[in-house]
Amino acid sequence: MPYAIELLNITKRFARTVANDDVTLKVLAGSIHALVGENGAGKTTLMETLYGLYQPDAGAIRIHEKEVTIKSPHDSIKLGIGMVHQHFMLVPPLTVLENIVLGAETTKNFFIDLKKTTAEISELAEKFSLNVPLTEKVENVGVGIQQRVEILKAIYRKADILVLDEPTAVLTPQETVQLFKILAELKEQGKTIVLITHKLNEVMAISDHVSVMRKGKIVGHLETPKTNPQEIAQLMVGRPVLLRVEKSEHKAGAPVLGVKELTYVDRRGVEALKSVSLDVASGEILGIAGVEGNGQSQLVECITGLIRPTSGSITINGVEIVGLNAREVFARGLAHVPEDRIKRGLVIDLSIKENLILSLQALPQFSSRLSMKRAEITSNAELLIQKYDVRPPDPNAITRGLSGGNQQKVIIARELSRNAEVIIASQPTRGVDIGGIEFIHRTLVTARDSGKAILLVSADLNEILSLSDRIAVMYSGRIVKIFPDNKVEESELGLYMTGSNQELIREAK
Amino acid sequence: MTAKKHLPRLVGITSVLEHPITQNFLIPLFAVVLSFAVGAIFIVMVGKNPFEVYSILFSQTLGSTYGIGQLLFKTTPLIFAGLSVALCFRAGLFNIGAEGQLQIGAFLTALVGMKTFGVPFYLEIPLLMLAGMVGGGLWGFIPGYLKAKTGAHEVINTIMLNFIATALVSYFVTNLYNVPATVHTPPISPAGRLPRFDAFVSGFQGSPVNFSIFVALIAALFVWYYVDRTRYGYELRVVGLNSKAAEYGGISVSKNIILSMTIGGAIAGLVGTNFVMGYKYYFEEGFSTGTGFMGIAVALLGNNNPFGVILAALLFGMLEYGGLVINTMVPKELVSILQAIVIIFVISSNKIFRKILTNFLKKRTLSIND
Repeated sequence: MPYAIELLNITKRFARTVANDDVTLKVLAGSIHALVGENGAGKTTLMETLYGLYQPDAGAIRIHEKEVTIKSPHDSIKLGIGMVHQHFMLVPPLTVLENIVLGAETTKNFFIDLKKTTAEISELAEKFSLNVPLTEKVENVGVGIQQRVEILKAIYRKADILVLDEPTAVLTPQETVQLFKILAELKEQGKTIVLITHKLNEVMAISDHVSVMRKGKIVGHLETPKTNPQEIAQLMVGRPVLLRVEKSEHKAGAPVLGVKELTYVDRRGVEALKSVSLDVASGEILGIAGVEGNGQSQLVECITGLIRPTSGSITINGVEIVGLNAREVFARGLAHVPEDRIKRGLVIDLSIKENLILSLQALPQFSSRLSMKRAEITSNAELLIQKYDVRPPDPNAITRGLSGGNQQKVIIARELSRNAEVIIASQPTRGVDIGGIEFIHRTLVTARDSGKAILLVSADLNEILSLSDRIAVMYSGRIVKIFPDNKVEESELGLYMTGSNQELIREAK
Repeated sequence: MTAKKHLPRLVGITSVLEHPITQNFLIPLFAVVLSFAVGAIFIVMVGKNPFEVYSILFSQTLGSTYGIGQLLFKTTPLIFAGLSVALCFRAGLFNIGAEGQLQIGAFLTALVGMKTFGVPFYLEIPLLMLAGMVGGGLWGFIPGYLKAKTGAHEVINTIMLNFIATALVSYFVTNLYNVPATVHTPPISPAGRLPRFDAFVSGFQGSPVNFSIFVALIAALFVWYYVDRTRYGYELRVVGLNSKAAEYGGISVSKNIILSMTIGGAIAGLVGTNFVMGYKYYFEEGFSTGTGFMGIAVALLGNNNPFGVILAALLFGMLEYGGLVINTMVPKELVSILQAIVIIFVISSNKIFRKILTNFLKKRTLSIND
């Protein structure tokens, strides 16, 4: 079979780092090729080079066996390359149709030839089973549909090579299954697909070949049927990795965190939380599954004192904490790993040691009235850096320069150093690489075993299923189901997550 | 293949560029040198020899005790104003209001000074300083409070308060508290006078430079200690760098906004120590010719670091006094042009400097490899 893409000895440097170091990648025409690696391994840079967003410092690109120079996406589109970025490049107030044709409009007397365009796109959509509501505005359709719009957009521009960057990051399990059906259909019709991902089960499920990148280099090309997740993970991280979380049976104690009939109406009048009740006992991890935007963030912000619930009660060991601010809630024995580490959890322009005392700065341990205790702050940092294996192990390093995993370790280290009874962990491993995930999971399980009550919020179902002792599902501001254990099928969770469960519909009636 | 060889070099450039010495010292210095070079073009355009003009500028300001005295006298208010802006910057606030704050502060210093005859100097001097700080602080508190409670942007409100301050002070000085037929207040109590340098060193004779410069240096030390060494400063920096993280950490964003604007205003309000307590011993309308605005440039050039502010204030002090010196040779507008060029280069120098250094090191690496 001929190659659709050949990237030959590509090197791409940025000021500080080598994103791609002498990378060679060949993709067979009509195949699905997975490109895996940890965050910062250079996958996206490599594909964006192919798409013309970057110029390689060295190396050559061949498309369909012809050497090409790609100066901009304009060139790559002409060569039949389409890219679906991790963050969609759509204009929300325009309709699906308008978004698809944007920049490639067929015009008739200065106006978009709606009739002709609609017919063309409908035909394409049918051919690849990409159902989209053409006249609906993009802002009114779900992410799954938006992604199909992106794919249609590429195909409409006659792409026969399609690059998808982490396409399942925002999808529910059902939507992922849908997407994979579409990809299989595209492959059937002769398209070549490159899938950037770090989810190994997806690699196994859909790809024909897999290339693994680590630290800017290709460390392995494998045929998917002849490999296994363990081998790929080891290549990605560079050492053997535990993919399953080792966890003993849980011995839950008395409830510590109690949430009762919590309701939150936001500034626009939207009821983001509708009478949410749950409790978390010491020594257990309660996982909250749900598609993002179904009230999880508001639940966490209410509990941690960042927003004030409209009604309801939250207690720690029976003591009411509604109405307290963040600092006071921390003082009542709560730790909080926020969902967005860059926006909330860290001040990335400050050093590691300064971030390790964020919200703890007023404790007598770290400051007196007149000055900060600099020696204590440094030794605190040295201790935590060592315990949580933060790299670089330099208390004075500016946090901005750390990898996502290490930034997250700084937060986890700080939050666990509080010795709080309740830990709220929101998306604790988002954007963290496999090695870091393993470490963070182990840390959370250890905290559980030592009797902490942990509320885990995650969009990653694998994480929820492997860490939780009980699982609650949130949909549209409600807890729609609490499973008493973690022996649930992903697909069943998915049904609750999308609100399409029969039981629910009956309940609503 | 050579590509791999320069790699460590290129990485080296970044570490050189981000080194604090480069950021705080080399780049501003580069900007200053470059702006003098561009200024030379303007000097040639008015038909003068730039070397001659610059040599007079330097020798007249730095070459004599008197010149240094004048230079320090011009520098002092710039330090106060620069510190005020820099402190607010660290909290993420753009204080355009130092001008208004120092007007109110200096006026209040004079007002209290003229009403408190008979108080011993060891009480009078702190009292007058306090008056200045209260006045400036109040003028900083108002936009800080509005920002914290209503979200009204401090840039607009400080600009408006500048107008109000100037008009208010002008009204008081010309209508209520003036010496007839003048635009200044009656003198303050002699106990409130700060000693001049010429009382100790005769070389300073004729220059009004006075102990106010020490107040400015202490203020700089205070700002440094407060911002970098206390937990209040830590909280202020967190608010300035990431207010969402401050919220998360239980640090009150609005309290810190109000506090830093108030302290910034109070520091600007100390400008009266130089003019009122150290020079004229009364408040005069129009005594500050845009010192508060120059403070923005000083803070910028000083990288919002209190010690950088001192150095930057010295430079602008020199330009200000030097302007008077070369007045006879070149049009006085030239100094304004020079000051503006310095500011422009400071703002853009980081990128220019980066480019030049990168190219320079690249060429050297290539020739080594060849």
